[in-house]
Amino acid sequence: MLLIPCPYCGKRDEHEFTYAREGHIARPTNGEQLTDAEWAQYLFMRKNPKGVHYERWMHAKGCRRYFNVARDTVTHEIYAVYEMGQPAPVIERENGR
Amino acid sequence: MTQVNRLPHGGRVDSSKPLRFVFDGRPYEGYQGDTLASALLANGVVLVGRSFKYHRPRGILSAGAEEPNALIQLGQGNRSEPNLRATQIELYEGLVAESQNRWPSLTTDVGAVNSLFHRIFPSGFYYKTFMWPKTFWMKYEHFIRRMAGLGKCPTEPDPDRYDKLHAHADALIVGAGPAGLAAALAAGRAGARVILVDEQQEMGGSLLSDRQAVIDGVSAAQWVANALAELRAMPEVTLLPRTVAFGYYDHNLVSLMERVTDHLPPTSPEALNQPRQRLWRVRAKDVILATGAIERPMVYIDNDRPGCMLASAAQTYVNRYGAAPGKRAVIMTNNDTAYQVALDLVDAGVSVAAIVDARENAEGELVATARARGIEVLGNHAITRVGGKLAVREVEVRRLTGDGKSVSSDGRTITCDMVLSSGGWQPTVHLFSQARGKLKWNQDILAFVPDKLLPGQNNHSVGAARGAFALTDCLVDGFAAGTAAAHAAGHTEPAGSTPVAGAEPAHSPMREMWVMPSGKPLGHDGKHFVDYQNDVTAADVALAHREGYRSVEHLKRYTTMGMATDQGKTSNINALALMADLRGVAIPEVGTTTFRPPYTPVTIGAFAGIDKGDFLDPIRKTPLHSWHEQHGAPFETVGQWHRAWYYPKPGETMHDAVNREVKAVRTSVGIVDASTLGKIDIQGPDAAWFLNMVYTNAWSKLEPGRCRYGLMLGEDGMVMDDGVTSRIAENHFHMTTTTGGAARVMAWLEDWLQCEWTDKKVYLTSVTEQWAVIGISGPMSRKLLSEVAPDLPLDDQSFPHLSFRDGVVAGVKCRIFRITFTGEATYELNMAPSYAMHVWRALMQAGEKYGITPYGTEAMHVLRAEKGFIIVGQETDGTTTPQDLGMDWIVSKQKPDFLGKRSLQRSDTKRPDRKHLIGLLTEDPNEVLPEGAQIVAELKDKPPMEMIGHVTSSYYSPNCGRSIAMALVKNGRNRMGETLYMPYDGKVVKAKVTEPKFYDPEGARING
Repeated sequence: MLLIPCPYCGKRDEHEFTYAREGHIARPTNGEQLTDAEWAQYLFMRKNPKGVHYERWMHAKGCRRYFNVARDTVTHEIYAVYEMGQPAPVIERENGR
Repeated sequence: MTQVNRLPHGGRVDSSKPLRFVFDGRPYEGYQGDTLASALLANGVVLVGRSFKYHRPRGILSAGAEEPNALIQLGQGNRSEPNLRATQIELYEGLVAESQNRWPSLTTDVGAVNSLFHRIFPSGFYYKTFMWPKTFWMKYEHFIRRMAGLGKCPTEPDPDRYDKLHAHADALIVGAGPAGLAAALAAGRAGARVILVDEQQEMGGSLLSDRQAVIDGVSAAQWVANALAELRAMPEVTLLPRTVAFGYYDHNLVSLMERVTDHLPPTSPEALNQPRQRLWRVRAKDVILATGAIERPMVYIDNDRPGCMLASAAQTYVNRYGAAPGKRAVIMTNNDTAYQVALDLVDAGVSVAAIVDARENAEGELVATARARGIEVLGNHAITRVGGKLAVREVEVRRLTGDGKSVSSDGRTITCDMVLSSGGWQPTVHLFSQARGKLKWNQDILAFVPDKLLPGQNNHSVGAARGAFALTDCLVDGFAAGTAAAHAAGHTEPAGSTPVAGAEPAHSPMREMWVMPSGKPLGHDGKHFVDYQNDVTAADVALAHREGYRSVEHLKRYTTMGMATDQGKTSNINALALMADLRGVAIPEVGTTTFRPPYTPVTIGAFAGIDKGDFLDPIRKTPLHSWHEQHGAPFETVGQWHRAWYYPKPGETMHDAVNREVKAVRTSVGIVDASTLGKIDIQGPDAAWFLNMVYTNAWSKLEPGRCRYGLMLGEDGMVMDDGVTSRIAENHFHMTTTTGGAARVMAWLEDWLQCEWTDKKVYLTSVTEQWAVIGISGPMSRKLLSEVAPDLPLDDQSFPHLSFRDGVVAGVKCRIFRITFTGEATYELNMAPSYAMHVWRALMQAGEKYGITPYGTEAMHVLRAEKGFIIVGQETDGTTTPQDLGMDWIVSKQKPDFLGKRSLQRSDTKRPDRKHLIGLLTEDPNEVLPEGAQIVAELKDKPPMEMIGHVTSSYYSPNCGRSIAMALVKNGRNRMGETLYMPYDGKVVKAKVTEPKFYDPEGARING
C-alpha cells in the first residue's frame, strides 16, 4: 500500500487515489492525418518499464486533482510528484538499481 | 483430573485461579496464565493430534507461533474455529477444544492406515495421480480429500464483531522481548510516538522463560515488570499484547491483528461488549523488528513421536508455565543453548537422562557446568531410534562416524519420555523479508540473517532477529534502534543509558548437521521428519532431488513443505540445507522461499471488520424512498442506488404489476422517481466547445432553454455513456448521465480538463443529489401538469419537446424538462430534494382521476425497449460503436474532432459485418428469451455451433401483446427477416430478425 504525496494535500494512503494511466502521452491534434498504426500507437501502446515509470494519479477521495508521479516499478519508490503540464523530471538512480 | 506434571514451584501461572476446560470430551483443569498447550502438558496429555497425510500420532513441538502439530478445533457451534495452535490459545474458564484429523479418536485412528500405504503417497503424489491414469484420480480424490483434512469450518455466520483501526507511529516495535523493550524505552523516553506489539498475552518474550538473566542488577522478570510499568505511564506509547504483526507492505505499512477478547469466555459479557479482534494498519516512520528467533528441531529418525519437542519449548513450559512436558528427558543438540535447558530442567526437578551432542568435541563453559551437575553428556552421538508410538518410551543412541554421515554398529538404549532437540536458531526474518529485504547466510549461526533493505522501506532488525543472540546484544541493539528512530522523528529528550545485562556464558561453535544418520537408508524403518505439518521427510526431499525438483520453489511445490498454517517456520531451513547437501552446493545457492503475509493465519472476519451486510457498500436512497417502501415496492440495486422496481398491488405477481404499469403509461399517465440520474453542472466560456469534444453530436447551436440527447464515446470509439444535456444559458449546461455511470463520467470529463485541455475554462460540479427528479409520462401527463402548475404554458409552441422551463409546481419551484424515455409525452420535474415528497404527493392526488400509476425500473425498461431506446451497459459492452447500435445519425460528420472520432475510422470499427443491434420476435409470442441467450444462424445437433451474438434485452410487452427482444448479432442489419436460433434449456427457440423498434416506430406519441 503506497504512501503517495499528493502535491495539493500531502502524504496520503494509496486507497484515496485512483491510478489514471501512463503520463506524458499527448492526444494527437491531427488524428485524421494519422495512419491506423500511428493512431494505435497513441491509443493502445503503453510502456511497461522495469524501473522509473511516469504516470498519472488522481486524488479521488481527496482534492480530486490529477498529477504526475515518477514511481519505481520494482521498489515502489516515488521519486517525484509534479503538477500536470510540467515536464517529466530526469531521475538519477544509484548504480545497480 | 489432577495436574500430574504441574511443577510445585515456579512459573508465571496463577495457581489460585484454576480454570476448567474440555479437550476431546474430557474435563481438565489448568491455571490462569496457561496456554492450552501448557495446560495439556501439565495434565500429562502428550498426544494432541494426528498428522496431515500419514495420520501419525503427534504431540506438542513448540511453545509458540511456529507450532506445526498441535492444531486445534476451538469452540463450538458457529464460533468454532479450526487449525488454531494450542501453543497460542490462552486458557479460559469453560474452554472446549478438540483435536483434528482423527477418527474416531486420537488413540485409535483408522486413517493411520495411510502410514502403511506410504509408498503410494510419496511426495508429488497429487501430480503423479493427475498424470496417470486419468480415471484413477476421480476414485482416489474422494478418499484423499476426506482423509487429508485439517479442521472443520462452521457452517453458520460468524456471530462476533470485528473492528479496524488506522494508526501512525514514529516507531512501530514488533516483539516485546529484551530488544523490543529496550527499543521502546529509548524511543518512549525520547518522546517519540511508539506502538509496541507482541503476539503473546504477556510481554517480555524470551525473558519470561529465563531464570538466569540479570538486567540492570535485577532479575529478568523484575526488569520486564519495571520496563512495562514505565512504558504504560508514557502517554505516547501504546502497548499491544496479544497482537501479531502479520504483514509488512509497501512504504512501511504494517498490518496487525489484535486478539481483543479471544482470552475470555466467548459469551461472557466482557467478550460480547467488545469486538473480538481488531485489525490495525500502522504507517510507521521506522519499524523496529525485535522478532527474536525460532529454534530448529533436529532431523533424527521418528523425530515426530509425541514427546519430541524443541529444547527451548521445554524450557518455556518448565520456567514460564510450571508445567513439565515429561518426567525424564534426553536432549539432542548441535549447539550450546540446549545445555541451559538441561540445567533449568534439573533445577526444576525434571530429570535429564543424557545430552546427546552431535559435536565431536563438546566442550566449553556450559558443557562443563552440565557435567558438573551430574548430567551425562554423550559427545559425537546421534539418536538412532525412538521407541514408543503414542508417546516416547526410550531412545537408542550411537556414536557418529564417517564425518557424521554414519553411526557405529553398537547402540545403547536410554529410557525417557521426551526427546528435546535443538538444531540451532533461525532469526524470525519473516517481516523483514515481506518488506522485500534481502537475506544473507551466516555460517557461524547456520541461519539466514537480514542484509539489504528495499529502498523506500525503513526498518531495523535488532537482537536475535538479526542473529545477535546474546542478551547484551539484544539490549544494546534495541536501545540504539529506539534512540535512532526517535531522533529521526525529531524527538531528543534524554533517554538515560542502555540497560546492562549480567555476565553470560560464552557459547562454543555449532556443528553443521542437517540429518542424523540412523544406520539405515533414509526412509527405512522410520521417518526423518523435516516438515511436520505437511508430513515431508528427508527421504521426500531426496526424492524431489532425484526427480529433478531441485530449486527451492520446485521443492516446496513438489513436496508441499513450508505450506499450511505454520508456513514452514520450523522446517524451511532444514529442507533447504538438505537440498543443498544433495546438490553439493552452499545453502544460499539453493535460496529461500518467498515469505508472504500473513505471518500467522488471520481470521477472515478481521479483514472484513464492520464492512459487511449493510456496511459493505454505501446505500444511496432517493428522497422518495420511504414512499416506495410504504407502497410495497421491492428495490433494485443500480450502482449504490436502491431504485423502486415495481409496485405490486395485493395479489399481483411481478408480471401482473409490470404489465399494469406499462399499460398505464401508454393509456393515461405514469409517475416515476428518476432522482438517481447522474447530473453534472457545466459552466464556463468553453463549455459548448467542451461538449462538442465529449459528445459525438454538435452543441454549439443549441439554444438556451433547449435539450439534446448525446452519446459519449471512449477514445477507442466505443459507447461509454449517454444522456440528455440542456443549455441553461450561453455558458451554462446541465448534463445528465446514466445512474450507474455518473461517477465514471465525472472522472472522465475531469480527466480531460485537468490533463489535456488545461487552457480551457470549463467548471464541473456534480449535482446528482441536489436535484430530485419526478417523471410524469403518458397521454394525460400534460393535462395533469397543467392542473398543478397553472401558471406554466404547456402547449407545444410555448413548451416543445426537447426543451425545459422553470416554473412553480404545487407551490414548489421546479425546472421541468420535456424529454422522454418512454416515447410518450413526458415531463421530468427537477426540484430541491426536500420538496420532492410534497410534489410527488400533489401529483398523485391530482392524478387520481386519471388513474395515475407509479411505475418502477422494470416498467421503465419495458417502455424504453418497446421504443428501441438503448441502455448503455445493456445494449453495449465496451465493444459497441454508435454504428453498431444503428445510431450513426447522432455522429457528426462536420465536427473536426471529438473523443472517439478517429477510432471510428479504424479498419476494424468500419467493418460492415460487426455485431449490430437488431430486434428479435420469437415464433411463439409468449416465449420471453433469457437475456444473454446465445444466438446461432446454423443449427446443429449439438455444440459446437458458431455463436453469432447474444440477446441484450428481453421482455414481455403488453402494448405489443407479445415478447420483444433486442440482440447484438454479427452482420445483424443485413439479416432482416432471417430466422435465428437460440438453443437453451434443452430446447431451441426460433426468432425473426427485425428493426429494434416495436411500438410507435414513427414517434407519433411524443406530443400526447
